Amino acid sequence: MKVGLFVPCYVDQFYPNVAIATMQLLEKLGCEVVFPLEQTCCGQPMANSGFSHISEGCNKNFVDNFSGVDYVVCPSGSCTLHIKDHLHVEGKEAEAEKIRKQVYELSEFLIDVLKIDHLTASFPFKVGIHSSCHGQRGLHLSSMSERVLPAFSKPETLLNMVKGITLCKPQRVDECCGFGGTFCVFEEAVSAKMGKDRVQEHEDNHVDYITGVDMSCLMHMEGILKRQHSKVKVIHIAEILNAHFN
Amino acid sequence: MQGTTTHSEKAAQFIANEPRTDWHDDTLWFVRTKRDRAAHTIEAWEGLRATASHIKEHTLSNLHDYLTQFEQNALANGVQVHWAADAAEHNAIVHSIIKKAGIDKIVKSKSMLTEECHLNEYLIQQGIDVVDTDLGERIVQFRHELPSHIVLPAIHLKKQDVSDTFHEHLGTEKDNIDPSYLTHAARLHLRDKFIASDVAITGVNFAIAETGGIVVCTNEGNADMGVHAARVHIACMGMEKMIPKAEHLGVFLRLLARSATGQPITTYSSHFHKPRKGAEMHIVIVDNGRSRQLGRADFRNSLKCIRCGACFNTCPVYRRSGGHSYHNAVAGPIGSILAPNIDMRKNADLPFASTLCGSCSNVCPVKIDIHDQLWKWRQVLMKEGYGGSGKNIMMKGMAFVLSHPRIYRMAGGMGRKVMRWMPWLFNNKSLNPWYKNREMPAPPKQSFREWYQQNKQ
Amino acid sequence: MSTRDKILQAVKNNKPALIPLQEIPALLDVTEENPIVKFTAILKNLSTEVKEVDGWDEVIQYVSELKQQYKIVTVIDGVDGIVNDGADTINQSAAALASLDYALIKGPIGIAENGAIWLNDKNLPNRLLPFICQHLVLVIEAKDIVSNMHQAYRKIQVNEEGYGVFISGPSKTADIEQSLVIGAHGPLSLRVYIVH
Ligand code: SF4
Repeated sequence: MKVGLFVPCYVDQFYPNVAIATMQLLEKLGCEVVFPLEQTCCGQPMANSGFSHISEGCNKNFVDNFSGVDYVVCPSGSCTLHIKDHLHVEGKEAEAEKIRKQVYELSEFLIDVLKIDHLTASFPFKVGIHSSCHGQRGLHLSSMSERVLPAFSKPETLLNMVKGITLCKPQRVDECCGFGGTFCVFEEAVSAKMGKDRVQEHEDNHVDYITGVDMSCLMHMEGILKRQHSKVKVIHIAEILNAHFN
Repeated sequence: MQGTTTHSEKAAQFIANEPRTDWHDDTLWFVRTKRDRAAHTIEAWEGLRATASHIKEHTLSNLHDYLTQFEQNALANGVQVHWAADAAEHNAIVHSIIKKAGIDKIVKSKSMLTEECHLNEYLIQQGIDVVDTDLGERIVQFRHELPSHIVLPAIHLKKQDVSDTFHEHLGTEKDNIDPSYLTHAARLHLRDKFIASDVAITGVNFAIAETGGIVVCTNEGNADMGVHAARVHIACMGMEKMIPKAEHLGVFLRLLARSATGQPITTYSSHFHKPRKGAEMHIVIVDNGRSRQLGRADFRNSLKCIRCGACFNTCPVYRRSGGHSYHNAVAGPIGSILAPNIDMRKNADLPFASTLCGSCSNVCPVKIDIHDQLWKWRQVLMKEGYGGSGKNIMMKGMAFVLSHPRIYRMAGGMGRKVMRWMPWLFNNKSLNPWYKNREMPAPPKQSFREWYQQNKQ
Repeated sequence: MSTRDKILQAVKNNKPALIPLQEIPALLDVTEENPIVKFTAILKNLSTEVKEVDGWDEVIQYVSELKQQYKIVTVIDGVDGIVNDGADTINQSAAALASLDYALIKGPIGIAENGAIWLNDKNLPNRLLPFICQHLVLVIEAKDIVSNMHQAYRKIQVNEEGYGVFISGPSKTADIEQSLVIGAHGPLSLRVYIVH
């Protein structure tokens, strides 16, 4: 099974360990993983700002990079959702459509495609789960507090396979952290306040780490935690699933 | 957007008082949790939402016929039907009815449509004494403010604020902040108004095409007190309030109050078909941009809205920025998709007042794809050039780099310069709003790409 | 062209292709195992005093007790021992009714899922009655309690009369800091008799 690793631009530049963990984890689970070197970005920063009409070049580049793999896997719910919903390229619509159907966020790929039921990872810490909105409400990685439907969570199912981990949830289990792409600067006051409130609930739970499927949310919360000189750290789910503490 | 204060600026002013922001957030979150509890008592909740959505979609696809049918049946019931293309015409019609009745004091129960049309302002200019009778609306009316929420108009105010206002206007004891005491004072004050008023204006929650009747829902009983005491009833409705049949009320009334406040139903669900003997009933049907919104395939769904307010209560941005930050009669997520239809320039900021978290679409009892429409409005507004040139240039630069991998890699290699195009990573502490409340991520020794080239190739 | 025609024309031009109307799915209409228990529980939650009684004796007694102390109006038909004096209010103004202490009205249908009771012009000689009274007493026969709104709308005809209303609980508001206050503009209290 040939997997094209799609690494969001900010992960590439600022959180390489997340991409490394993702790659190692997938390889461990038997995938052949390639990282197309010419990839740049899913185009979401432009589209969420209202500029999807100038993102054709970016989209085309994405299709050029990821045609020819069996699956595209990405350690970010938000970027995955963007590709799934909005990847269109004039003249290459068939390829684009194929990618839209092949693209998976890491945890849904592990559960739905690889059908993982155990892991060798261990992570003896208390971990708060942050439910990133695009993964949850967009990709349906987990049930949502607003809906009257059976409860489930793909990220949680995976984390529960990790030895030694203690999971805990904030009181408002799936409230947005306030990152929101460019929202975080154009609506700085609300964004920061939302982040502070999210972080506080995890602090109240005395967690060691906050984890989630989206490094962007975690980056935002990390920024707040660091400013507050908090002891709580953030960690991407891939790093936990690939972790070995003894 | 130019010349006025944008949502983000108003939000920043709101948040400057952090304890009050926390209080506002908690109060509305409490309403959201009540809604959750109520929804979970109904096994078929999601089926109800789907059905409500379907009925509304069907109605919109046949709105012309239903409006005609409604009018015919209402006329046959002895109701006078008026049509208004816009706010000005609506206000003029209402005023002419009041004038004809020879009255200068009226009572009005809650109607977001009349807020949208700025009816109060207009009538007061014409010398009419308008008394809002919903408690929350009366409070904001005394304070010369606008409602900050479509269901909970005074939700931005604390007991002390209300106490001060009532002390000034109703002579209640200074600093008595007991809600029962304050509500009772308003009850006595407004009972006199009901009894003295010969014209009552109400909104409309649902208009039934097959019977020509309207349904009005309240908890306080103020709509009924007003209407039944008055000689003339004027009901103002946006034309999207239509539903085909009375049996459909079963679906909508099961959803409305549960979504709004977590009650199983409002205290009063009043069905008006004919005026009582000797009285008059008027219905004013208003377009005010609705037919235009109906023509926008991406946005027509917003006309399904039954104004329950659930999307406000769940919205993490609304809860932390307050209704007034939306500078529009209808605030919150739904307001942000209705407002640009009315005035793109003035409201170009509103679709950006969201993280697109999607919680609004999940609570919406008629399944409006609110967050998707927010996204789509952004595309329309920026394409039309309402973003300003700075944003335009920045985005174009970003698009250029991201579509040229070689330049992108070079930029990345040159100390992550590409991140200049990601505004939240713009590495300049004095200019970057990110840095106000957050640290920057620490740059690692090498990027993933560099690691991959070193280790995997 | 008149405004009316202009609006209707614009709507016609702009509306999407017809989406056919489907029936309300039967699965939404779940019949309660014990509608009376549910009805009672819901109303109690809505600050309503509920009395389940066998026969009319207790109601008759209550009416006569109230009559001795208060200004009351009773709109209950066909019960020996209760005089329906609703007709007296037909032409009364709001000012005249403002001093009414109690209104006692029998409704034709009640709903378990939300505690609502339907009244229309047949039970309301004066539409102000259930709103302007200081205290409201509603009476419903146990057999007339249905499970949910779907069942209720099948039983009532909304335009049988010029006006009809579902009432569920006493008037209330939470407009001041979300603090629930019973007794807004309508009655300060509601008592419901369920008669077997
Ligand atoms: S958009 Fe939906 S949730 Fe929001 S007010 Fe309208 S009906 Fe309620």
